[in-house]
Amino acid sequence: MDYLMGIKGPDFVMVCSDTQAAHSVISIKHDEDKIVPLDSHKMFGIAGEAGDRVNFSEFVIANVKLYALRNSTELSTSSVAHFTRGELAKALRSSPYHCNLLLAGYDEKVGPSLYWMDYLATLNKINTGGTGYGAMFVLSLFDKLWHPNLTEAEAVDMMEQGIAEVKRRLVVAPPHYIIKIIDKNGIRTVKTV
Amino acid sequence: MSRRYDSRTTIFSPEGRLYQVEYAMEAISNAGASMGMLAKDGVVLVAEKKITSKLLDSKAVGVRKEKMYKLDDHIACSVAGITADANILINICRLAAQRYYFAYQEPIPVEQLVQSVCDTKQGYTQFGGQRPFGVSILYAGWDEHYGFQLYQSDPSGNYGGWKAAAIGAGHAAATNLLKTDYKDDITLAEAVPLLVRVLSKAMDTSLAVDKVEIATLSKDPATGKVIYKQYEAPEITPLIEAANADKAAAASS
Repeated sequence: MDYLMGIKGPDFVMVCSDTQAAHSVISIKHDEDKIVPLDSHKMFGIAGEAGDRVNFSEFVIANVKLYALRNSTELSTSSVAHFTRGELAKALRSSPYHCNLLLAGYDEKVGPSLYWMDYLATLNKINTGGTGYGAMFVLSLFDKLWHPNLTEAEAVDMMEQGIAEVKRRLVVAPPHYIIKIIDKNGIRTVKTV
Repeated sequence: MSRRYDSRTTIFSPEGRLYQVEYAMEAISNAGASMGMLAKDGVVLVAEKKITSKLLDSKAVGVRKEKMYKLDDHIACSVAGITADANILINICRLAAQRYYFAYQEPIPVEQLVQSVCDTKQGYTQFGGQRPFGVSILYAGWDEHYGFQLYQSDPSGNYGGWKAAAIGAGHAAATNLLKTDYKDDITLAEAVPLLVRVLSKAMDTSLAVDKVEIATLSKDPATGKVIYKQYEAPEITPLIEAANADKAAAASS
């Protein structure tokens, strides 16, 4: 029931998630931020089992921070993606982390990147993508609307169209969402819906 | 009196010294020389081979390389000290490089490789009761963070980044020569013959092709890939002839 979608533009990456924390049929919290920063220019959108997603993302964030402190340099988005995938893979055949993630980042040399990871340690670099029931309705919509020279305003509009589609068609659609963006200046919240 | 504190590697002497580590460095001072120099566009390593004999099978892989080893596509090293100890450390280096690549899908930054090996070396000076490795290593590498780099590590687990360094026999004399001869904006093409000359000056005997190993680390200007090149006899000969001639001229003048 988590909704998580990402869009990569030519000089930014945008991630939208719902902000509902649910426990079976009860909505505990309406403003749970599921898009967590790793450092100034990278963030995880995390979906899946409640305990696992927080525990796993905190684990990766701590390792990323440790690396930066030890080596006086930050990891690139690509290396974080591969490291994260490796940790999911390592745990897979003993006690898997049941979470799906979007990793969004901006590197000076490479520009924006968006990575999709699932609980089976699949890793894909994508332009648009997402996880959950909501993604089912929205992936094809994004395929239609995305083009390589997307502006930030167009991406926000895409996200809002996606949210509207989910609310229209998903039986128990989350009521509230948050949209964040990363560009060369870092992470910023665009809006909450 | 110091004898009492020698047999245990992992304890201090009353004066606060680690004798086993110092003895390891002594062992290295008697081993074949290795030197390295950092240039703007690459790193050069030269070394003196101690094991030379007509009976050595020149076609067997292990013979040609006694001192220089490739640790990863972008890092190479030259060793001085106990060869068997060096082999273990080289394997540790290679494992560390590949473990990093497995985790991050990116080549290991040179200093991180040096640090991780040095952490291992330090362990042998603090716990376990095993003697330290009798090896000093010169690491030559390139990474996208700091470009070309030259590092030296010793049995204590200490390391430093250098513009030019010498280990093994004659390293003190060689270091002095390097201090006067090195210039900051030297190119690889200038550094190679310079380092060979320093090697010949620091050695008692004159150089011969089967006693010298030369390797360079540079970038292919077309592809941007890091190239590790070990010089073969036809390329080594003119360099050592020039160095021997220089030395003879200096001796007679």
